[in-house]
Amino acid sequence: MQVSDYLIFDKESGTYIEDPEQAVRDDVEKHHWLNVLRTILRDWRLYLMLIPMILVFLFWRYFPMYDLLGCFKMPDPIETNVWNQDYVGFAHFNTLIFGSDTSSISPEFWRAFRNTFLLSFYGLLFGFPTPIIVALFFNEIRSNIARSVLQVATYLPKFMSTVVMTSLIIMLVQQGGQMQGCGVISQMLEFIGAIDHETAVAGLLNQPQFFRAIYQISGIWEGAGYDSIVFFAAIIAISPTSYEAAQMDGAGKMAQMRYVVLPSILSTIVIMLITRIGSLLSIGYEKVILLYKPDTYQTAEVVSTFAIRYGGVGENRSSGLGKGWGSAAEMMNNVVGMLLVIGANTIARKASDVSLY
Amino acid sequence: MKRKLEISELIFKIISYTLLTMFAICCLYPFIYTISASISGYEAVIYNQVILLPKDVQFKAFTSMFNDNMFWNSYTNTLFLTFYGTIWELVLSILGAYALSKKRLMFRKGFNFFLVFTMWFSAGTVPQYLNYLDTQKVFNTIGITDDKWLVVLAMGMAAMNIILLRNAFEGVPSEIEEAAIVDGATEMQVLWRVYIPMSKSIIATVSLFFALSRWNGYYWAKTMMENSFEHPLMVYIRNTLEIYQDSERSEGLIKDNAYAPDSMIYAMIICSIIPILIIYPFIQKYFAKGVNAGGVK
Repeated sequence: MQVSDYLIFDKESGTYIEDPEQAVRDDVEKHHWLNVLRTILRDWRLYLMLIPMILVFLFWRYFPMYDLLGCFKMPDPIETNVWNQDYVGFAHFNTLIFGSDTSSISPEFWRAFRNTFLLSFYGLLFGFPTPIIVALFFNEIRSNIARSVLQVATYLPKFMSTVVMTSLIIMLVQQGGQMQGCGVISQMLEFIGAIDHETAVAGLLNQPQFFRAIYQISGIWEGAGYDSIVFFAAIIAISPTSYEAAQMDGAGKMAQMRYVVLPSILSTIVIMLITRIGSLLSIGYEKVILLYKPDTYQTAEVVSTFAIRYGGVGENRSSGLGKGWGSAAEMMNNVVGMLLVIGANTIARKASDVSLY
Repeated sequence: MKRKLEISELIFKIISYTLLTMFAICCLYPFIYTISASISGYEAVIYNQVILLPKDVQFKAFTSMFNDNMFWNSYTNTLFLTFYGTIWELVLSILGAYALSKKRLMFRKGFNFFLVFTMWFSAGTVPQYLNYLDTQKVFNTIGITDDKWLVVLAMGMAAMNIILLRNAFEGVPSEIEEAAIVDGATEMQVLWRVYIPMSKSIIATVSLFFALSRWNGYYWAKTMMENSFEHPLMVYIRNTLEIYQDSERSEGLIKDNAYAPDSMIYAMIICSIIPILIIYPFIQKYFAKGVNAGGVK
């Protein structure tokens, strides 16, 4: 085979001759790394620009992955370098998944894992369709002033910090108005008969059965307006002639929605849906930390907060195996999350020729 | 036929207007309530008499907050973190995104993967915390004892924003760049004179995201800053709320019965969102454009 690279058939003389271009190709091949080096030196400014960003990611995104080794190691209060700690294999994973004789951590881990999944699943179920509906409604509003006012109002909660949002929830739902025993929103819910007086006074945030509802409703309050931007942009991109054609065929409003609008924004919907499925296990822990309390761990604890509590982050002091458990729990959560992202991205590429990354 | 069509359209329009208006009111209500409650009298607040409009108007909650040195201290800290944090992230992201947008960059795919992988997989809170502790130690040994710089330099930097910027830079026509190079422009001049002016809306959007995440940052700032004089505003608000929830300690919050302790918390919340409300209208026209331009590619 090697020979055929060098010899080509020459029609004029009817014999095989040496390919003159192959010498050049060989030269390039031989000096491949030299050429690479030359290109890098020519574009040295580009690499210089890249270096600070790479360093930041290396130091504070990739170096933590080294500490993740702790999930295979025995936590040691004296030896802080994970590399030198004793290797225990998958012991922490075993304890978390199957339980062990010496600790009762396994049910707590499964509870956290289940809560993580349920919080994001309900977020997908209720939080995903709402922005689409909001965008459809925005499309009906022809007056520019009215639409701008409504848009400004509905986008606004997205810009509030988690602390401000959770403080408002805590104050308005249960802490405010201590003489009435409950905040103004609980009072309204009591007034319209959604909850009874005892429940309102006991505080909705103290009762595990309300945590998920509070989490989802505040999530919709925060994001539905802002998330509708993408869908609204897709809807206004539809050409008016499509509507006219549908009207000619006698399509009513609902038929226009069904046969004109939805097919046109379907690709946007699919892409956004896949993105959401991809991030199904990455629940923001800040909101949970700010809203939950020991009474509501039953429904509120997610894997990240489980890791924070047992792993000794900040004020929490980890005892014994806690650090290993915390790392192992997050390791599992994040690996499954990564598989979901990659799977969702692959499906997106196959289905619509659109790759998210 | 024609008639029926108009009726269905009208009904749908009415439903849209009503539901959207209701949603907008729901979005705004907590803020309006917050403003009203912060300037209402003691009894009106603790008996929940404020529903929409303020009652027994007083401004003592605001004046006592303005006299609180710790509040101003935390406000300055937040301004510091937001200002330097946004600049730091913006400079690094623009430089990096510009380099990544160049097709001639060697190992371009590798660098992209390096970024994108952090979106797929993160180490999690425990390793991140250990890493920040190590960083703190390193910073202390080289003489940076102020934890503010740890928060500014080490936190933030989201790969998603860099990818948004990279996509925007890739959209700039290469003819313009070539013309600039023929005129003798250097790499930095091309970036500064061609790419940045041509991607204004996405840069505005991304800097808004940076500034917001810095302004709103809470958890790591709270965890990594042990000195309460370094705490940013969000941590201060949360700490005040926790003091208020703890009934034994909450007596310290009010001097007399001129205002309810609730009003104090509401007043802080208002002060923390005012800067966002001021910038928001100016930048809103950019971000609708920016989100759509860079969103999915």
